[in-house]
Amino acid sequence: MSGMHYLPLTDKERREMLESIGVSSVEELFRDIPAKVRFQGKLRLPQPLSEWEALAHLGSLAARNKNLKSCVSFLGAGVYDHFIPSIVRHVTGRSEFYTSYTPYQAEISQGVLQAIFEYQTMICLLTGMEAANASLYDGATALAEGAVMACAVTGRSKVLVSRSVNPFYRQVLENYCDTRGLTLEEVPLREGKTDLAKAESLIGDGVAALALQQPNFFGLLEEMDGVSGMVHGRGALLVVSVDPISLPLVRTPAEYGADIACGEGQPLGNPPSFGGPLLGFFAAREKYIRRMPGRIAGETVDSDGRRGFVLTLQTREQHIRRERATSNICSNQALNALAAAVYMAALGPAGMREVAELCLQKAAYAREKLTALDGFRLAFPGAYFKEFAVRLPGEALDLNRYLLEHNIIGGLDLEPYYPELGPSALFCVTETRTRAEIDALVQALEGWS
Amino acid sequence: MRKEKELLFEMGAPGRRGALLPACDVLARPLGDLLPEKAQRGLSLELPELSEGEVIRHYTALSARNHGVDSGFYPLGSCTMKYNPKVNEEAAALPGFAYLHPCQDDSTVQGALELLYRAEAYLNEITGMDRVTFQPVAGAHGELTGLMLILAYHRSRGENRNKVLIPDSAHGTNPASAAMAGCSVVQIPSDARGLVDLEALKKALDEDTAALMLTNPNTLGLFEEEIAAIAAAVHGAGGLLYYDGANLNAIMGYTRPGDMGFDVVHLNLHKTFATPHGGGGPGSGPVGVKERLVPFLPLPLVEKRGADFYLDYDRPQSIGKVHGFHGNFGVVVKAYTYMAMMGAAGLKQAAADAVLNANYLMERLKKSYLLTHDRLCKHEFVLSAAWQKKNGVSAADIAKALLDYGFHPPTVYFPLIVEEALMVEPTETESKTTLDRFATAMEEIARLAGEDPAQVTGAPHTTPVGRLDEVRASRQPRVRWTPAAK
Repeated sequence: MSGMHYLPLTDKERREMLESIGVSSVEELFRDIPAKVRFQGKLRLPQPLSEWEALAHLGSLAARNKNLKSCVSFLGAGVYDHFIPSIVRHVTGRSEFYTSYTPYQAEISQGVLQAIFEYQTMICLLTGMEAANASLYDGATALAEGAVMACAVTGRSKVLVSRSVNPFYRQVLENYCDTRGLTLEEVPLREGKTDLAKAESLIGDGVAALALQQPNFFGLLEEMDGVSGMVHGRGALLVVSVDPISLPLVRTPAEYGADIACGEGQPLGNPPSFGGPLLGFFAAREKYIRRMPGRIAGETVDSDGRRGFVLTLQTREQHIRRERATSNICSNQALNALAAAVYMAALGPAGMREVAELCLQKAAYAREKLTALDGFRLAFPGAYFKEFAVRLPGEALDLNRYLLEHNIIGGLDLEPYYPELGPSALFCVTETRTRAEIDALVQALEGWS
Repeated sequence: MRKEKELLFEMGAPGRRGALLPACDVLARPLGDLLPEKAQRGLSLELPELSEGEVIRHYTALSARNHGVDSGFYPLGSCTMKYNPKVNEEAAALPGFAYLHPCQDDSTVQGALELLYRAEAYLNEITGMDRVTFQPVAGAHGELTGLMLILAYHRSRGENRNKVLIPDSAHGTNPASAAMAGCSVVQIPSDARGLVDLEALKKALDEDTAALMLTNPNTLGLFEEEIAAIAAAVHGAGGLLYYDGANLNAIMGYTRPGDMGFDVVHLNLHKTFATPHGGGGPGSGPVGVKERLVPFLPLPLVEKRGADFYLDYDRPQSIGKVHGFHGNFGVVVKAYTYMAMMGAAGLKQAAADAVLNANYLMERLKKSYLLTHDRLCKHEFVLSAAWQKKNGVSAADIAKALLDYGFHPPTVYFPLIVEEALMVEPTETESKTTLDRFATAMEEIARLAGEDPAQVTGAPHTTPVGRLDEVRASRQPRVRWTPAAK
């Protein structure tokens, strides 16, 4: 029978083992399950497949999907098509890493622990922040955890979030806040950016945090000058969700005074995978380290004074602190953090900067070409990074169906999330888009009516 | 033999490169034209500069300092460290899965939606629930989601219940998730058998009770035999019953949470369904519910219309989203592959062998270690190092001594209701030979604890580093490398 090759016990061994336990059958081992709740009959699952059949079946399901390798995609909105050097998969494919558990037994987990310590360091170097954790689930939950942490730090219960923050993130944030009895208020847009004057008027004494995104959901760079001063002046924290790919070029959260910097780390060496597994990265000022959610690897010494690494500050965590923990998180996205670390190590500072420059330049090229077309207008003025919002001469849904005929996956339809924009789409251009592909998009758009 | 491994930041040389990128194929504009100076990074980016060869050697050296399921036995209680089939990795890496964008039009992702639809149907059948969401990406995330659903359900009936009852043997995530959900936690004691104290439970139930969170079999590896009475009591008080699926591996095909009376269940695909733990994640924590909670499930659910699959966002009572996109789809692909290959009989045999392995080991080891709850166990059991403790040898010492035998230790100091706990979960994918070797090692350590305790308390002796100072790490936290620290 298929699947049974994962089960090494032979019938002879099973009999010997039952005998040594002192029972006559396996059924007897389940006698503590009362008849009333026993499952009768056989689970209705399809006939088991052999490995070959399973691969054929999975292959046929996969083949029914258009994907970023078979199409040219201009989708972004939180999950991105960046180049992944081969070395990343080769490291994450090492089974000493991927088949290990959380490194609670430090002496036989130095590989994972040191890799996390290095990852934490690289997140700090990238963001300029002082301390980072070992990962959270994704960019959305990282922002929600940031808001919850800000409330714990300040002892306040209201969070302000800009309407320019990814709407998917805001949905998660709303859910986390609602459930916890925290109040969430939205700061409106002004020309596609956070209305900072409005934000200032909304920050009262009860506000724990202002949550912004940089570059924001429309790809625009928010004006960060003076924001942290305004926020800190009211005793609140500045929480920002940032694109790690932008950071080699764009001012860092530390430079504009953020207290918590988090975001989606998928662009760092992880495939989009239909939106998961992703990688929530999370960094903060050192003074808040004991309030941080999630695991943290720390340096220490062994019995002979040799450098080694352990999971540290565990008294923040659920397995020690239970209902008084800083978060309930246990499993995180460790392997995705490893991928991010390998990605950053392989690219180095020059490579990271080149990726950011290529995104910036190619997106600018695409923006110029696209908005030169009749009826296509840039939704907002300002400086952009790798995404931009465009007002369309017709429905985005129709446009994207039309583009699919040209094997192009168009930008995200913005109207469901921002009805005030009318027909519009968010285009993303990363370093993986060639000039020929951008020109093909423009050419296709010219023919759309 | 023992050596420190240098950090990435202590390697490389200025100007050295790993991966290279193509030249810019559009006319590059001056940086300042695109990014105003005040928006530009001022800090230098001090990442290491390494060749590709250096990077791979570094991580290969690190991997040699790490133990995985592929390296050896991993009897970590409540973690179900079973073998991770390789074909699952192949399936998830197919470009038609790995390179899907979550915002693609439904018409372009029919294969992915069909996979989710089928995986949901399998899990409904295995758990006896009506619908499943794949949005939660970890067990604790599933717990939080499940509690959100329960609270939404009560609110829809005009009730503001926010008390969550949790047995004292529960996983730490249970009370932490309840707190995240804004609930107060009431701890329910275990009785002498190690099961929920039914009378204490009944006393704690009232009109504020939102739910009882229960693991069955519980963290002692014992089946809650009075589950029907527990369910009746909780439901009678207007509360709901939440199933922590961490221990589902013990009962697949034998009983189902839905048939036991549970209203909400989370599963750990990275435990029961053989997907790897990745050094801490990613996991997947799908949540299944009974009919009356379906309206509240997170957005979206996969539905079928004719031959087409689609994501249904038109669900007005939904709690919204708990993840940016559709959860850890890549992990679901692996678990689906596993279920498709195991089938009904295979899953039931897995549960049977997991329980057989645990009882076999327990019977043997209870001669050398105190077994505080000596009754039939399911997939795991909890020993106590109380006998060894009298000689100054703790559960932690025993764990460290096991490292020298090439075994990952059991879970230690959990559950909290057993002194010096050693929680052993062998899983069904270990052979009798491995179990016997492990038992022999445990017996030898027990003997040494009596004859030469210093040998045990001085362990480990053969690991890449000696015993690490966790207190120092916590008192003087150093959580990143800095040039000055060297």
